[in-house]
Amino acid sequence: MSNKHINWFRFASPQAFYPLAGKMIPWFWALAAIFGVAGLYVGFLVAPTDAQQGEGYRIIFLHVPASWMSMFIYLVMAFWAGLGLAFNFRLSGMMATALAPTGALFAFLSLWTGALWGKPMWGAWWVWDARLTSELILLFLYVGFIALQSAIDDPRRADKAGAILALVGVVNVPIIYFSVKWWNTLHQGSSVNLAKSSMAAVMLWGMLLCALACWMYAIAVALMRVRTIILERERHTDWVRAELIQPADEV
Amino acid sequence: MYWNSLAEFLAMGKHGVYVWGSVGVMAALMVLEPVLVIKGQRGLVARLRRQFRAENAEKTSRQEKR
Repeated sequence: MSNKHINWFRFASPQAFYPLAGKMIPWFWALAAIFGVAGLYVGFLVAPTDAQQGEGYRIIFLHVPASWMSMFIYLVMAFWAGLGLAFNFRLSGMMATALAPTGALFAFLSLWTGALWGKPMWGAWWVWDARLTSELILLFLYVGFIALQSAIDDPRRADKAGAILALVGVVNVPIIYFSVKWWNTLHQGSSVNLAKSSMAAVMLWGMLLCALACWMYAIAVALMRVRTIILERERHTDWVRAELIQPADEV
Repeated sequence: MYWNSLAEFLAMGKHGVYVWGSVGVMAALMVLEPVLVIKGQRGLVARLRRQFRAENAEKTSRQEKR
């Protein structure tokens, strides 16, 4: 039994994780494409119009997954950053750094698609509503994390400073999520509920498929970026040298 | 299929600008991000390879002098 037991902690070392990530990336791209095509097909070609919102409601097939991902990636980023701060795992800090730009992208897309939905539905691109404002703060947290890390030359110190910022910022995620319940917001309440969804089943399926596509996309891009970060930070090691220079190149 | 014609699909019942504006920007950025990551990785790999080769060449020339 002990022979078949996989030592998962082995993959906590950047050297072991680098080739593993390389093998996983194409699979996540394939899944992202499959879920994306299926989600857009259901959302844009099969789902009927919404009685109140007309065709403009189809923006939610992009807006809701982007918003979910912006919050979820922040939690994962803060988790890795906290793990790195507590246990000093080298890979944890690299994972947090790799996730930040993708999280920022989804936060921006959430605001962008939200504005394009808000204009025809509310008559305004932007309102200082609790949900919108806290999502904007999330975007600023991502940008602040990236700026702080790139301002510090020593990667280990950059990881620590970023981790503290990421962990303090976690308080914003439940504020975004519950803002529509805690305050009287213009932004509507949650459309998806485990007990009883207010959406038609086909619409819900379209949204879930699009969310899965965004999820797979985020993993694929983050793995690609973490591989670049591993090479950059481990460039002084023998294994990176062996990885990049073929034996034929050695004179 | 919900739509009767392509024109109807593209018009999105008066909301075409908003719907396609969302789809277009999201698709563009989700293509741009991996492209930038790949470009960054290729640039780094090329830079490190040059550096390693230069270091190896220096090492061998030093050995030859001896």
